[in-house]
Amino acid sequence: MRAENATSTVDGNAAAGMLWDVFGTDVTALVGVCGGCGAAAPFAETIVELDEAAAIVRCRSCTHTLFTVLREDHGTRLMMGVLHEIVRE
Amino acid sequence: MTVGGWRAASVVEVADVTPSARVLRVMVPGWPGSDAGQHVDVRLTAEDGYQAVRSYSMGSYGATETIELAVDEIPDGEVSPYLVRDVLPGDELEVKGPLGGYFVWRTGGAEPVQLIAGGSGIVPLVAIARAARDAGAAASVRLLYSVRTREDAIYRDELDRGVGDGGVAVTWRYTRVAPVGWQGGVGRIDADVLRDAVWAPERRPVVYVCGPTGFVEHVSDALVELGHAPERIKTERFGGA
Repeated sequence: MRAENATSTVDGNAAAGMLWDVFGTDVTALVGVCGGCGAAAPFAETIVELDEAAAIVRCRSCTHTLFTVLREDHGTRLMMGVLHEIVRE
Repeated sequence: MTVGGWRAASVVEVADVTPSARVLRVMVPGWPGSDAGQHVDVRLTAEDGYQAVRSYSMGSYGATETIELAVDEIPDGEVSPYLVRDVLPGDELEVKGPLGGYFVWRTGGAEPVQLIAGGSGIVPLVAIARAARDAGAAASVRLLYSVRTREDAIYRDELDRGVGDGGVAVTWRYTRVAPVGWQGGVGRIDADVLRDAVWAPERRPVVYVCGPTGFVEHVSDALVELGHAPERIKTERFGGA
């Protein structure tokens, strides 16, 4: 569930639907390693700034942008930030 | 299980459960079932084609075509006032899910489970509590529920039946006003409340915390200070203060 301001700050759980559109599966339990600070955490634990068009996904340890997801007319685009590794534990 | 794509769905039942929240039962033909703790994205389309998407946790779980959402109204919101005040049985919407493979509970774990809810963060935790009750695992699950007042507590009657009904044990925490005759303190959850209401760190519980962002941060920091391992604390935040 999320608040309904123009942009709401939630976590990676709320981005599950947009990330599904990119990966074709649920990725919130996968661990991402931040290239900015080296922190490893499940995508569900990231900081997510969410609005109708985009999700900005940031590292909870150093707040650098791991990646950004854009909802577009003909699909969904993921633009890489400092995300360095993805691990299935 | 998680499945993508939008599914046509229709509201079959609405019930006002607090002054600001409503439980919706929604029929989703072809729904594949869900794990306790998962959510859905709900998409509404206006007559002019404008679409809005929001995420809502399910209080239901398992193999059913009728899912249960509990929606708390955000007064200036774009979607929740419609779902809480206006939607009627028969109205149509679209649902994507079930979503989320992290904040979920499945049977079979050996460790005790601690659920900690702030406000409408209770919804996915009720799904977990129901699943634990149905699996005969309720004795290893405890719930701490922080809510402003008794009247603001979604699922209060079901949770009150709690242990007597084979369900999980519930500890209430009121942050604004307690019911008449309440013996406990009033205010936000602090270290003393966590020590009393939460499985001790030595028992290595898995802890699920769900609520507004500030609540989740406050509680998870306090749990770590009490000795709970950060990797055993699962969190879900839905914005707000």
